[in-house]
Amino acid sequence: MKKVKAANVVIYIILTVLAIIWLIPIFFLLVHSLRGEPGAAIKYIFPKNYTLDNYTRLFTDRELFDFPRWYLNTLIVSVCSCILSTIYVLMISYALSRLRFKGRGGYMKAGLILNMFPGFMSMIAVYFILKAVGLTQSLLALILVYSGTSALTYYIAKGFFDTIPMALDEAARIDGASKATIFWKITLPLSKPIIVYTVLMAFMSPWMDYIFASVIMKDNYKNYTVALGLFQMITRENIYDYFTMFCAGAVLVALPIALLFLFMQRYYVEGVTGGAVKG
Amino acid sequence: MVDIDYLAAGPAKRAWIRFVKWIKNLPGDVGGFFMALPKRSRNVLVSIGNTLASYWHMFVRGDWATKLSFLVMGFGCLRRGQVVKGLLYLLVQIAFWIFFLGFGIVYIAKLGTLGTETQNEVWNEDLGIFEYTRGDNSMLVLLYGIVSLLIVIVYLVMYFSSLRASYEAERLARNGQRVPTLADDIRSYANENFHKTLLFLPSLAVVIFTILPLLFMIMLAFTNYDRFHMPPGNLFTWVGFENFRALVGFGDNPLLGSTFRNILGWTLVWAFFATITNYTLGMILAIIINKKGIRFKKFFRTIFVLTIAIPQFVSLMFMRNLLAETGLVNVFLQQMGWIDAPIRFLTDGTIAKFTVIAVNMWVGIPYSMLITTGILLNIPDDLYEASRIDGASPAMQFFKITLPYVMFVTTPYLITQFVGNINNFNVIWFLSGGGPMSGEYYQGGKTDLLITWLYRITTGEQNYKLASVIGIATFVVCAVFSLIVYSRTGSANREGDFQ
Repeated sequence: MKKVKAANVVIYIILTVLAIIWLIPIFFLLVHSLRGEPGAAIKYIFPKNYTLDNYTRLFTDRELFDFPRWYLNTLIVSVCSCILSTIYVLMISYALSRLRFKGRGGYMKAGLILNMFPGFMSMIAVYFILKAVGLTQSLLALILVYSGTSALTYYIAKGFFDTIPMALDEAARIDGASKATIFWKITLPLSKPIIVYTVLMAFMSPWMDYIFASVIMKDNYKNYTVALGLFQMITRENIYDYFTMFCAGAVLVALPIALLFLFMQRYYVEGVTGGAVKG
Repeated sequence: MVDIDYLAAGPAKRAWIRFVKWIKNLPGDVGGFFMALPKRSRNVLVSIGNTLASYWHMFVRGDWATKLSFLVMGFGCLRRGQVVKGLLYLLVQIAFWIFFLGFGIVYIAKLGTLGTETQNEVWNEDLGIFEYTRGDNSMLVLLYGIVSLLIVIVYLVMYFSSLRASYEAERLARNGQRVPTLADDIRSYANENFHKTLLFLPSLAVVIFTILPLLFMIMLAFTNYDRFHMPPGNLFTWVGFENFRALVGFGDNPLLGSTFRNILGWTLVWAFFATITNYTLGMILAIIINKKGIRFKKFFRTIFVLTIAIPQFVSLMFMRNLLAETGLVNVFLQQMGWIDAPIRFLTDGTIAKFTVIAVNMWVGIPYSMLITTGILLNIPDDLYEASRIDGASPAMQFFKITLPYVMFVTTPYLITQFVGNINNFNVIWFLSGGGPMSGEYYQGGKTDLLITWLYRITTGEQNYKLASVIGIATFVVCAVFSLIVYSRTGSANREGDFQ
């Protein structure tokens, strides 16, 4: 019994040390967002002055960096592309998992191969395509691209649908339900975890993505998302004046996402372990 | 082949046996693939022949209405009273030919050369200014050419489906059966054709935002599109495999070959270590948090999960600042008197490589911890129960039950992670930016992965031809590793297990 206790103490120590390591960057992000002194770095560990100015400047000093607008942009893109992607992903994964039709195997193989190309490779061409139809540098373009590229991330949802017993469908069919009715009335109500997972992932990606947005928006500051905008604050020319503002902006971006994620954690785990790993 | 040894082995051993078998069979499999090619292509040709023959059959057997359908799409349907369906087919045909003759054929014809007329300046005497004559734009020629070809393919599919529909309607009418009405057709899209309803929109999105761009980029790899051949001022054209030769070091730029080899090497090393460290340490973390008798499980888990919830670009760019030469970490170490000069975490090639892998652990361990936790909770309790009755110690339980179980379930995940790490843009780009840049590299840095190199080459130098070739190379690397997983773990064949 004593040995077990000693082992547990060791584990507590390890966990505490690790937890501190994991929290340090987050903690200092908060500290720097409240820092009074300007500059990218300070010569001591804790700042001497604390202020909320960095946060207020984000909303008042909109000349060069229009943070509120970027925030709103990101929110709009997130909500719209999240609705579209969820619809796409659910439709595609349901069809591939529950329906049997000619060309199903080929469809899945094609999806597999397409997923192996680096996503960024197609981005350059997507830019040309959007340019050809006059859609570049707009929020609509971002929405279409995010949802369009998410359609191929169906396999986690498909893995989930695979686990719902086919017998349910068959029973409904005997009762005369059409395939569409089965989809709406039987499968979807059983799929809450995977729907939440899909919505969560689709909502979060515009907040996190940098490359797609940077290729599409180029220099149209007005339509930047937060990721692009914050990146501008710490380029070599701006970092001295804006680093603390960057930290404040980062906190404001991270906060809603972190809260959302913490509440939805359970679904994330269910989605990933239920869908991907069981394979 | 299922033999006794295999059945007697534990999951980990089984995976190993399968792996050895896979390696042994590799030459045979590859050989077999090529040996089967003639047979396969013959089969494809035969099936195409059969399909065409069946349409010929329809033409010969069908009545005049069906025969006329070969010329006027949907005529057969109109004749049998499927008015809306017939008119829709007709509309498709008219729209297609207007498009094809007015637009498509021009660009398809130019695909061979990608345009010949450059934009020219012409001096206009009357106005006293230079005027530009409209030349070809290779980029648009290529893009519109591919789009037109795709539309032709779609049209052909529609065309043949209209033939089938006409013939089917005729057959039903001839046998005195009911020809499906519009209402029947619409209803079928909620039933036997439900997959078409579901797949239509997503597939359209995939074609526009994935397939079309990829085709375009793959084509670019065979052209000389770079900043010296930038339309409309200049044209670019086909150069065959020139760019591929250049990438492996046979081109004009001797630096390119060595840069590619170095970056490819580092990409694989990075992917290997990034995957292994995250996987094993994440698993260990999950296991010790889940250990019986440890309290505050949820609290610890939440702390680690916090890092997933913070957008990577935020945490990584902040880390970059912390690790800079004047950053907090160096300030701290110097104040403690442990070091005299700052450590060049991100500016020294070798140290930077260790730094990115270490920071990647900070980013990635929580993910694998979460996943392993999910799996651990799924292990049936009776396994432990039974082993305890048999007198197994906790250590034995761990090595004989927990570890093999987790390993077995997560093998596909492990390899997906590996492929994901090959394409891990975020960690490298936000942390080190691929740097430190090196003079021995062509436009590359010591921690550049293929994907970040690709990004720099396109956005900076606009060397699209090279970028496309690098993209294809990345694809080949990923494809090789993915093929190993999907063909041999059998997970692709197990989807029916639950049903």
